[in-house]
Amino acid sequence: MEYIIEMLNIRKEFPGIVANDNITLQLRKGEIHALLGENGAGKSTLMNVLFGLYQPEQGEIRVKGKPVKITNPNIANDLGIGMVHQHFMLVEPFTVTENIILGKEKTVRGKIDLKQAEKEVQEISECYGLAVDPQAKIADISVGMQQRVEILKTLYRGAEILIFDEPTAVLTPQEIQELIQIMKTLIKEGKSIILITHKLKEIMEVCDRVTVIRKGVGIGTVNVNETNPNELASLMVGREVVFKTEKKPAVPKQAVLEIKDLHVKDARGIPAVNGLNLEIRAGEIVGIAGVDGNGQTELLEAITGLRKSENGSILINGKEVKNLPPRKVTESGVGHIPQDRHKHGLVLDFPIGENMVLQTYYRRPYSNGGVLNYKEIYKKANHLIKEFDVRTPSEFTLARALSGGNQQKAIIGREVDRDPDLLIAAQPTRGLDVGAIEFIHKRLIEQRDKGKAVLLLSFELDEIMNVSDLIAVIYEGQIVAVVDPKQTTEQELGLLMAGSKQKEAGE
Amino acid sequence: MSERLKNFIVPILAVILGMLAGTIIIIATGYNAGQAFYALWDGAFGDIYYTGETIRQVTPYILAGLAVGFAYKTGLFNIGVEGQLIVGWLAAVWVGVAFDLPKVIHLPLAILAAAAAGALWAFIPGYLKARFHVHEVIVTIMLNYVALHITNYFIRYVITDNGDRTPDIPETASLRSPFFENITDYSRLHWGIVVAILCVILMWFILEKTTRGYELRAVGFNQHASEYAGMSVRSNIILSMVISGAFAGLAGSMEALGTFGYAATRSGFTGIGFDGIAVALLGANTPIGIVLAALLLGSLKVGALNMPLEAGVPNELVDIIIALIVFFVAASYMIRILIDRFSKKGVK
Repeated sequence: MEYIIEMLNIRKEFPGIVANDNITLQLRKGEIHALLGENGAGKSTLMNVLFGLYQPEQGEIRVKGKPVKITNPNIANDLGIGMVHQHFMLVEPFTVTENIILGKEKTVRGKIDLKQAEKEVQEISECYGLAVDPQAKIADISVGMQQRVEILKTLYRGAEILIFDEPTAVLTPQEIQELIQIMKTLIKEGKSIILITHKLKEIMEVCDRVTVIRKGVGIGTVNVNETNPNELASLMVGREVVFKTEKKPAVPKQAVLEIKDLHVKDARGIPAVNGLNLEIRAGEIVGIAGVDGNGQTELLEAITGLRKSENGSILINGKEVKNLPPRKVTESGVGHIPQDRHKHGLVLDFPIGENMVLQTYYRRPYSNGGVLNYKEIYKKANHLIKEFDVRTPSEFTLARALSGGNQQKAIIGREVDRDPDLLIAAQPTRGLDVGAIEFIHKRLIEQRDKGKAVLLLSFELDEIMNVSDLIAVIYEGQIVAVVDPKQTTEQELGLLMAGSKQKEAGE
Repeated sequence: MSERLKNFIVPILAVILGMLAGTIIIIATGYNAGQAFYALWDGAFGDIYYTGETIRQVTPYILAGLAVGFAYKTGLFNIGVEGQLIVGWLAAVWVGVAFDLPKVIHLPLAILAAAAAGALWAFIPGYLKARFHVHEVIVTIMLNYVALHITNYFIRYVITDNGDRTPDIPETASLRSPFFENITDYSRLHWGIVVAILCVILMWFILEKTTRGYELRAVGFNQHASEYAGMSVRSNIILSMVISGAFAGLAGSMEALGTFGYAATRSGFTGIGFDGIAVALLGANTPIGIVLAALLLGSLKVGALNMPLEAGVPNELVDIIIALIVFFVAASYMIRILIDRFSKKGVK
């Protein structure tokens, strides 16, 4: 069969590391080809080589059999290669059409012919089953819609080969299904797709073949219908991976967190948490399941002191912490792995070592009479880096330079190390690969077994089902049901999350 | 090329490019560039007297640069150094003329009064920013004008009776140094340079070594993470402005107690506070960088005085060259791209 793109024996070095070593990827016309690898394995580097952002030290790229030199993204565009970025590159106040034509505007006597452009966008979107409103503003449409605009942008520029960079990381389960349909339509219309991902489920569902890279080295290419998720996972990580997290039955003791009739308003002043009740005991993990936007964020912010509560009470170990400042809450024994690790979890421009004492820097032994003791700080940092397997060149490396998985491991190390009675983990595995997910789940269960209370917030039902001892379903700012994961199904949870009563859902 | 090396090379290249552009302008306007630069060098370092004058000029530049740099390190842009400097100047002179104390008390008191006045003046924008999210750039710019005219009022109607300048400060409040004057052939070099160097060390110590400095830097980089970690973003913003203002006030005291010994009503700004922005920018907001940048700007300013005498070049041209250097530093992004391109070519 004809290869539309061949990347042969690509090698790309950066000072001190080999990011890609002898990687070969051959894309057939009309296939969906997965590029699978852990965080930091070199997937993005390889795609940036294809997209002309990096020049390889060795190896050859062929398009339709002809050797080419791609020295910048414009050449990639001309060759029909389009990239759908993970972080969208859209101008928010512009409309869908304006974003799509940006840089390729057709003008009539100096004026942009928007009517004509809208018609063209409409045509393309109908042809590929990408329903969007060409006149809607980006700021007003959902994340799934924004992604469609990104896809349309590449199609408008005549892309034949589409690279999707972890497209499902930001989508809801339903949007993922829609995206899969779109990809299938694209293939039917003669396009070819490279899908960068570490989600094995998606690969099994849509891909034809998969190329695996591990620590920068090409491991090989396999046909999806001749493999299974377990094999792919061990190819990617280099060892056996356990999917079902092993855990002993929980032995819950006294209540650590008790929330009664809590009311919290969101940033716009609209009630987000409406009389919520929740109890978490020592030695158990309670998972909060719910569709995004049902008050989860406000709930966590209220517990941790980042947001003021209206009324109700939040007790930790029997003591009221409602509306205490964050430091007081932290000192009452709360650890918090925040939802957004870049916004809240780390000071990205600090060395990773200094980030390890973000809540404890002012206490002995890190601070003596107002002066920092860097020896102690970096001793602690080194200890955590080793214990939590944070892969970093050194403790002095800026947090920004670490991969997402290693940033997350650093945060988890820091929070767990403070030995909190209540550990709040908000989407702790978002965007991470199976190896890191396994590691983090083990750590959460370890905390539980040590007699700590763990609150897990996640939008991945798999994760909630797998790790929690109890599942609390949140809907419109209330806990509408508390169920045992062993006695429920994803279906029932899905219905509860959508607001149906427990009885109906059970029937 | 490492980021560190680049941070070092970019300002130096900016200076060279600025000089080059200046050369072109000097030649284009019909003067002798070689003579002009020789006169510039001669006027800054040609003679021990000039060297003393240069160091004197560098002193307030260092402090003004520290003021801008300190605020910048914590994510704030203090354009109000000029105003804080003016109130510091007045406060120092006022304490100087109003009290009769032994030198060991009088001089430190006058210096501290300047720091306190500058700190207070900077507290206003700090508080407004922390409490009401008013942008500090606007408030500090406006407060510069308020400072200018209020100090004029105080000089004219409070300290003197309708006078244009205050009396000279007594010797007990003066930074003047017969020792420095002697070894520099009677330049106006004074003890202030010691204060400035101590402040350089102080800024480094506060930011890099103290618990407070850790908070200030964290708030500067990421307010959300700082709040999450239990730091008070508000009080750190205010504190950062207050410390910055104190440095600015000290810069004023250098002029008040060292160079001039009095305060006079003025129709316009001193310019030192604004030059402090250039110093901090040129020095990449690091203590050592600020010292080097202040040295450069100070020697250009003092050396320029010699250009009309020795080479017949109008000293306005020097202001243009300084402006061009600052421009090239501000455009450092452009220089970085050029470096990247050259070093890539070199590899191939």
